[in-house]
Amino acid sequence: MADISANFLGIKSPNPFWLASAPPTDKKINVLRAFEAGWGGVVWKTLGSQVKNVSSRYSAVSYNGSRVMGFNNIELISDRPLDLNLQEIKECIRLFPDRAMIVSLMADNDRQSWHELIKQVEDTGAHGLELNFGCPHGMTERGMGAAVGQDPEIARMVVEWVMEKATIPVITKLTPNVHSVVPTGKAAVEAGTDALSLINTIQSVTGIDLDTFVPNPNVGGKSTFGGYCGPAVKPIALKMLTTISQDPVTSKVPVSGIGGISTWKDAAEFMLLGATTLQVCTAVMKHGFRIVEDMCEGLNNWMDEKGFKKIEDFIGKSVPTLTHWEDLDINFHIVANINQDKCIHCGLCYIACEDGSHQSINLQYGKPYNTYSIKEEECVGCNLCKLVCPVEDCITMVEQRKGEEYLNWKEFQRRGLPLNDH
Amino acid sequence: MPITSNKLTLGEYDQHFSDIHPPFETHSAALVDANRCLFCYDAPCMKSCPTSIDVPKFIKQIATENIKGSAHTILSSNIMGAGCSRVCPVEKLCEGACVYNLMGEEAIPIAKLQRYATEKAMAAKWPLFTRKPATGKKVAVVGAGPAGLSCAHVLSREGIEVTIYEKESKGGGLMTYGIAAYKVTPQFCEEEVNYITSLGGIDIKYNQELGKHITLDELKKNYDAVYLGFGVGLARQLDIPGEDLQGVVDAIGFIYAIRTNNYATVPVGDKVAVIGLGMTAIDAATQAKRLGAKEVTIVYRRTEAEKPCTNVELDIARLDGCKLIWLAAPAALTGTDGHVSQLICNVMKLGEPDVSGRRSPVPTGETITLEVDMVIKAAGQVPFEELVSTNQLQHNKGRISIDNNCSTSIPGVFAGGDCVNGGKEVVDAVQAGKDGAKAILKYLEQ
Repeated sequence: MADISANFLGIKSPNPFWLASAPPTDKKINVLRAFEAGWGGVVWKTLGSQVKNVSSRYSAVSYNGSRVMGFNNIELISDRPLDLNLQEIKECIRLFPDRAMIVSLMADNDRQSWHELIKQVEDTGAHGLELNFGCPHGMTERGMGAAVGQDPEIARMVVEWVMEKATIPVITKLTPNVHSVVPTGKAAVEAGTDALSLINTIQSVTGIDLDTFVPNPNVGGKSTFGGYCGPAVKPIALKMLTTISQDPVTSKVPVSGIGGISTWKDAAEFMLLGATTLQVCTAVMKHGFRIVEDMCEGLNNWMDEKGFKKIEDFIGKSVPTLTHWEDLDINFHIVANINQDKCIHCGLCYIACEDGSHQSINLQYGKPYNTYSIKEEECVGCNLCKLVCPVEDCITMVEQRKGEEYLNWKEFQRRGLPLNDH
Repeated sequence: MPITSNKLTLGEYDQHFSDIHPPFETHSAALVDANRCLFCYDAPCMKSCPTSIDVPKFIKQIATENIKGSAHTILSSNIMGAGCSRVCPVEKLCEGACVYNLMGEEAIPIAKLQRYATEKAMAAKWPLFTRKPATGKKVAVVGAGPAGLSCAHVLSREGIEVTIYEKESKGGGLMTYGIAAYKVTPQFCEEEVNYITSLGGIDIKYNQELGKHITLDELKKNYDAVYLGFGVGLARQLDIPGEDLQGVVDAIGFIYAIRTNNYATVPVGDKVAVIGLGMTAIDAATQAKRLGAKEVTIVYRRTEAEKPCTNVELDIARLDGCKLIWLAAPAALTGTDGHVSQLICNVMKLGEPDVSGRRSPVPTGETITLEVDMVIKAAGQVPFEELVSTNQLQHNKGRISIDNNCSTSIPGVFAGGDCVNGGKEVVDAVQAGKDGAKAILKYLEQ
């Protein structure tokens, strides 16, 4: 059995799965149940000055009958009294001393407020702090949340205030509502943050009620941009994580990955791109805390199969394989192949190639079943047919290199090779 | 002992004749199956439907909650799409061709989804079709069954005034009179006919039988064209001794009685034998059982491999507790006091294939005897040969001969459906009606 325990800046947790700062971590009753279910740690829902919430607060995107592919909220930071939160944090730490307790913070925009809040939180015995520079609604109007994360200089200033006071590890949580997460990440690292976490939610409109014409969520006939999360945002989160892992400055600190993580596979992918711990929220809001069991077992089994003894063995392993387009090998070429024994004659590959790619599939009419085959000389190896085929391993991509040696675009241009020869 | 009726309680009748394939109750339930559909290109299900309904399209429309669009997709190919969703042997048509079968997975429940969309259309009386401006042309249709209604609907949409002559007091033909009651209710059939005719321009004259109340010559004289869609309806005789004994009935008459009377008033025996193994034989056997017969035995002269009904149908009979005797051909019926009491069958074995390609049964010389008090003959139907020949229509053993344009040997007289093909599925008749209408439109343009 592999060891899936995590050590994040000295903050230890029996597994790398933490609950992200969100409704599931806003009170003792939830957090204790989460720990009982096996979660490695929690990031307590953001503390700060008192706020008032509205209803409704959530909306979702469903796709092809699958519910909550994307999720959106307009909830603010914790709306419970600060003292009560602090008291409950202390009790949770006492009851589950082996779990990671990080507390998310969003103080008012001045040095004094941050210092006071940090002192109060550290007194609970919490293991780390997470700075909420990402909340995209409600707080931004007051110059907080994403308003901080979107401006590297303000972020730098706030991190400096925090580092003057903090004696426990500090994680800076980044907003994705920027062209690149690197400038703010860099500013935070230069200002002394111990770690980064990303992504927070993405500003969005999930959809409009076609009867009332009011977008979701509907607050008495009006709506507002909410923070998007859930499985739909994972590809964006992975891209942003990669840029943090590749940058020479931001790659110096550990990262806690967030953004649509629902399964052990998602977790492994985030780790392969540089995350040390994983933060989960939407999947738990949909399915409850119990999903952590499979996440731990699945990750463990995969690590055993791959021969990884501990998570550090593979964290960041995929980062070097993401490169610039111009470094890709032009001589690498694949063509599709349809396994006629497996083909169910649905024609999805044919119509996708015909309408969406390079008209490289033959149709031989039959009643009721047509036969489909690849025109190899026309196939550009785009993958589309394989992606749309509903049968496992029916369409495979067969390598047919155009040349022995590695040849990239820069070299291709330098040699003045002819375009469009394959 | 004569056979009797009223063997069960009212509650038992209701239970026995309730919908055999319950519909989806919620949109969410329909969505689960709609979203399983792969949306095949040039879909095999569509190619396996005689009316070529664009199945992937109508299922996608259910998935996107465009139910009106879905119903329009179905009904523009098959105006009896609602009825067909309940009575079609989908296991050998659309669902039988579903690519999921090739994956070893359950086929998409196409019929159930089709029922979902069309049921909504009928309940809400959506006016999905409009008529073109009147052309001034008039067409007479004989028979308000699937072929006649389908033909009438297409013609009316093109601005033609259609008059349908129907010998029964209700429309729907076989749908109304010849199919097991647990598949479609008389009320549903009536609603379907009303929904089809709600388009306008279609006048059904009931209790008007060709050759009795009206003649083909009159129709030819009074209309610009005539479409014959009067189906088949005579039960094939067994031509064995004792066929005229009391208690010997034909399946068509038996089912007709169930469909037109209260279940409690239909007489049924205690020990019933059903001859034949087509869809009608199954409908007769299962319903005899459901009316309270103690024992129902289906007698078939070939083996299971040659059976004309589908596995799904046979399973219904088996689950209803009907017994099956393979390789037994009726040879004689004997009676007591004029009432049937025994069915004597020759035990058969399979010989060489016959003209249909199926191995033909030959007698072994042995016989078996069944104690019975009712025998239902379901050995096939024969066309109205006399009606066809007295009207000077060219025919083949009573089946009206038509050319590629659905035209009979009499100019201006077209035909289709069971009266031409000898008896196929409802959905085949609907297509025949469409083809006939197309040919008539072409003829009227000349």
